[in-house]
Amino acid sequence: MEPLLRVRDLKTYFVTEHGSGTARAVDGVSFEVQPGETLGIVGESGCGKTVTSLSILRLIPEPPGHIRPGSFIEFEGRNLLTLEPRELRAIRGNQIAMIFQEPMTSLNPVFTVGDQIAEAAIVHQRLSRRAARTRAIEMLNLVGIPDPDERVDHYPHQMSGGMRQRVMIAMALVCHPKLLIADEPTTALDVTIQAQILELLDRLQADLGMAVMLITHDLGVVAGSADRVVVMYAGQVVEQAPTTALFARPLHPYTEGLLASVPRLDAPPAREHGRLHGIPGQVPAATAWPDGCRFHPRCRYAWDRCRAEAPPLLDAGGEGEPGAHTVRCWLLTEPRRRTPHP
Amino acid sequence: MTPALVDVQGLVKHFPGERGLLGLGRPRAVVRAVDDVSFAIAPGQTLGLVGESGCGKSTVGRAILRLIEPDAGRVTIDGQDVVALGARPLRALRRRMQIVFQDPYGSLNPRMTVHQMLAEPLAIHRIARGADAERRIASLLEEVGLDPSFARSYPHELSGGQRQRVGIARALSVEPHFLVLDEPVSALDVSVQAQVLNLLADLQQRRRLTYLFIAHDLAVVKHIADHVAVMYLGKIVERAPAPVLYAGPRHPYTTSLLSAVPVPDPKAQRQRIVLAGDVPSPAHPPPGCPFNPRCPHPKKDARCRTERPALREVAPGQLAACHFAEQPL
Repeated sequence: MEPLLRVRDLKTYFVTEHGSGTARAVDGVSFEVQPGETLGIVGESGCGKTVTSLSILRLIPEPPGHIRPGSFIEFEGRNLLTLEPRELRAIRGNQIAMIFQEPMTSLNPVFTVGDQIAEAAIVHQRLSRRAARTRAIEMLNLVGIPDPDERVDHYPHQMSGGMRQRVMIAMALVCHPKLLIADEPTTALDVTIQAQILELLDRLQADLGMAVMLITHDLGVVAGSADRVVVMYAGQVVEQAPTTALFARPLHPYTEGLLASVPRLDAPPAREHGRLHGIPGQVPAATAWPDGCRFHPRCRYAWDRCRAEAPPLLDAGGEGEPGAHTVRCWLLTEPRRRTPHP
Repeated sequence: MTPALVDVQGLVKHFPGERGLLGLGRPRAVVRAVDDVSFAIAPGQTLGLVGESGCGKSTVGRAILRLIEPDAGRVTIDGQDVVALGARPLRALRRRMQIVFQDPYGSLNPRMTVHQMLAEPLAIHRIARGADAERRIASLLEEVGLDPSFARSYPHELSGGQRQRVGIARALSVEPHFLVLDEPVSALDVSVQAQVLNLLADLQQRRRLTYLFIAHDLAVVKHIADHVAVMYLGKIVERAPAPVLYAGPRHPYTTSLLSAVPVPDPKAQRQRIVLAGDVPSPAHPPPGCPFNPRCPHPKKDARCRTERPALREVAPGQLAACHFAEQPL
């Protein structure tokens, strides 16, 4: 099947103000999104997840940012990086839509939610005001907001956090996009509301047949929704696999650490006196990625080779086609070393 | 049983309804943010206080420390009646009770260095100055896992996790016995969240601290709490020792909160109870059981809509406020 979106060797760099060098926020990222599937993109803050999604929509402010020559982003066979602004506008918000992390700041406080939902339909689909309003009410109904006839005239401040996130989703979906990029759509929300929103996204995806890129720092969130997962660290893809394979056999030590960081209800109560096995340290600055494997300073398996030589993405084998599960780690060549140093 | 370090009985905090524009018109209904809340925490133990946004859990934390004045109730910390204290003894007691806030971006003064933030409480409470203060600041930073060179940093130079460590160091600087931790890890990445939870567990052991740990995520609370209290619309609806509550929740709200926690296992067989709608406004709580409009319990009946269930002991040590607590979901 032709992929809906194909990202190849994407490099998005930023020139920093203080002369501390170039931040290589996204540094050679490749992945594909198939029509109708959910792709989870997982990593900590500062790993390049959001810059990747903004690059796809060409929303990177230039300067200070720029997408390097040689990068390639193809949507339905068209290279988004060479499109004219007019052509790009016809795709953005129409065929590719995005919802952001903060529903509080992403909505305009001085327009009603109905006006904000209707805007895209008026711009992209040339609906009349009246038809767009009807569409806005339909969308509010679709995302499960009670009394949509009334709510359409409300302002964002009259709604709760969960409702505003639903409004954001309604706005994104009003033109029935083929690809929805959801950047941490549930991070600022209560677990109960998070469950509501994830359930809603699942249902809408099934009903509308769109593909979803679900960006999150929490592997617990992608486990229930994603078909495949891309794990990013330090501007690169470090592991990529079908969801079931990734959780059954997480091979990159970073993936392992992310998984061990998730507080679990099914964990034995006194797991090492309640301690979580997280990842020590933090993501380094994008201006100074470590040499060799970028994860080596935080890795409990690292040895000489990891400090000296950057690993490529290696095929992990396993079930499925060749290349279904790939890992950027030297452990694949020396599995014996998967015993942590004291 | 050892006497409780923190004892809260019948705590009430109501906020007056605001008037309309320009203070004209009739005042709106009173918001019952905290409505008759009671619990006790033994020394060295952690009570997890759990609920959705707006349930009143943060107000409880603040009212206990008298950062806001409670309207009624009795709060005893270290044997002292907190509510009755005058300004001067209250300030002295503040040395023994501190708070760590959720937002590591909003709770640190952007114009102060980490050093200044840590030196201030030492000076106010006349704990240390000069070289002694320097030593204490360095050792506090080390204790929360930061290099002492961070003392020269401003908050904007720190990551979310580092800021939260500074917030913890600031709270610890006066050597408190009791800490209110108000959603201390909710704003952090899971990896950093794990680090901070581990740090809090270590500090508790080392310093024999007593925690009130406020959170909305029952999985996070499971890693740190000895007892758990679940709040809904200003009231505790279930309270039990943690192992008991996680093994057999009796209130349908607790069961729903547990089922909402994302499970990091794609093959997990589970039934997610997705609660419809939001928490109702505490200014207009529904009649009867306040949870009844969202309650997924199949036995829910007319009684739930008219008669408020009392918080009662349904099993040894386990309290729940549900008419059907004997037939849990």
